[in-house]
Amino acid sequence: MSGQEFLDRLKRDLGTKITGANLEAVDPWIEVSPTGLPDVARYLRDSADLKFDMLMCISGVDYFEADPKKAEKTGWQPHLEVVYHLWSVPHKRSLVLKVMLPRWKNDEPGEIPDIPTVSDVWSTANWHEREVYDLSGVRFTGHPNLRRILCPEDWEGHPLRRDYVMPLEYHGIRGR
Amino acid sequence: MATQTDDARIIEFDVRTDEMLVNMGPQHPSTHGVLRLVLRTDGEVVSEVTPHIGYLHRCAEKIGENLTPRQWIPYTDRMDYLAGMNMNLGWALTVEKLMNLQLPEKARHLRVIICEMNRIASHLVGMGAYGLDLGTFSPFLYAFRERERILDLFEEVCGARLTYSYITVGGATADLPPGWLQKCEAFLDQFLPVIDECHALLTTNSIFIQRTAAIGYLSPEMAVDYGCTGPVLRGSGIDQDLRRDGEAAYTAMYDGYAFEVIVEKNGRYPQDHKYPAVPSQAVLGDCWHRFYVRMLEVRQAIDLVRQAIDRYSTATGSYGEPVKLTEKLPKGEAYLETEAPRGQMGFYIVSDGTSIPWRARARSSCFCNLSVSHEICRGALIADIPAIVGSLDIVMGEIDR
Repeated sequence: MSGQEFLDRLKRDLGTKITGANLEAVDPWIEVSPTGLPDVARYLRDSADLKFDMLMCISGVDYFEADPKKAEKTGWQPHLEVVYHLWSVPHKRSLVLKVMLPRWKNDEPGEIPDIPTVSDVWSTANWHEREVYDLSGVRFTGHPNLRRILCPEDWEGHPLRRDYVMPLEYHGIRGR
Repeated sequence: MATQTDDARIIEFDVRTDEMLVNMGPQHPSTHGVLRLVLRTDGEVVSEVTPHIGYLHRCAEKIGENLTPRQWIPYTDRMDYLAGMNMNLGWALTVEKLMNLQLPEKARHLRVIICEMNRIASHLVGMGAYGLDLGTFSPFLYAFRERERILDLFEEVCGARLTYSYITVGGATADLPPGWLQKCEAFLDQFLPVIDECHALLTTNSIFIQRTAAIGYLSPEMAVDYGCTGPVLRGSGIDQDLRRDGEAAYTAMYDGYAFEVIVEKNGRYPQDHKYPAVPSQAVLGDCWHRFYVRMLEVRQAIDLVRQAIDRYSTATGSYGEPVKLTEKLPKGEAYLETEAPRGQMGFYIVSDGTSIPWRARARSSCFCNLSVSHEICRGALIADIPAIVGSLDIVMGEIDR
């Protein structure tokens, strides 16, 4: 199945939940709407000929450049991407899903955006979503235990945000 | 009046026990680094295990956003510090995939030699430390004696014994020194009989079998669901090895090499005619099988190194000159997984067109392998927890990054 055929099939079966794609990239990816993500995930895992039964990685990528000159060069609108790398064990194939999110919920700085969890589809997502929440600042709604995983629980801010500033001190330890 | 029963469990049933939270780690010697496990126990039986990680978090991904890919190579060493070469390789291949860089043939074979040697060293630690977890000290000494020899070889190649930064974007930092291949072959000849000693010490040892067989059972469905990879996945009977099944950017390295994926098919392992039989108590997916897969992979790695040495000596051309330190990256992103000793190590790079990546992400195999621990430890005895967690062969440096 070529990339275009696969995309057409997904669009036919899942409709507006598929919001875009880039088939020319080094790793072609498919963009999914945040609300449609759990349905798309279940469809990809359960369809007999696809069987994307393994979730390899969830990464949060923050596209934000504070310097306006540099921002112009990159050509990126400030936004946040959550990238899902899937793998099919029976068919030995990979797939990349992307979900675009605003950097802040309702444009209020400090309010991190929401996305439905897929930890009920792939158990791998449980820890990975905690990591993305911890480091990139994305709230996974419906997650059974959304706590920080790598940073201490009383840590403030999300370090992999591009505008993150190291705290001056943490429990008496000098930060910067 | 004496209790009229033959079954010890009935007596135990009468003893009222309260639930207790037991903290194991972060300095417990059997946790392979700074892992903290909170066990909810009822007597000796563990009903719940909660791993707490992050004690070794060094913000590697944040650092990666501020350095060029070649400068980040030393940080990848410090992820899985027992298999630094394989970590270097994963990142180097990912950047090469993004840059669409083709490597000379000699560089390919050089990488196979180095990475498979590191796999042997890594599995030796895995084996020795697992013996320690179960309370036997000798296998550890046997394993470390051999590992030292591999480290000596690596020291000759790149000057470092643990954090190599040898394999880098574009190839490797230097060619193999003259006479090194003969030393490597001499080591392999000497090492081959030692594997049998290790099998005698652990694999077929009846105490070892009692401690590991039918303990920590991980079903294939659960292994896939939790994203377990490497020997943990193959120990559950799933036939997957990225050296054969991975993306072309990685499998090209092993193109033309003859090897069989170490996994039990129809009740037998590909090399089991030469090796101790699977004991009758062992169940596919238990601690014993995970250990056994690792031991067979050591044997397989020797074959691969031998093939690679032959090809390397006849290959002509460059060993792969590294790219410039500040080489500009094309705009775009790439994700690649490689088969590291502990599982599938993935790296993800996003570039905005400058020489410094916009985002560097490391997908850790041990991170996923450890996340399944709460499922396979449920209902086990406290004494079995080190056996189960040890069989996952985790390295905290990679989990916490």
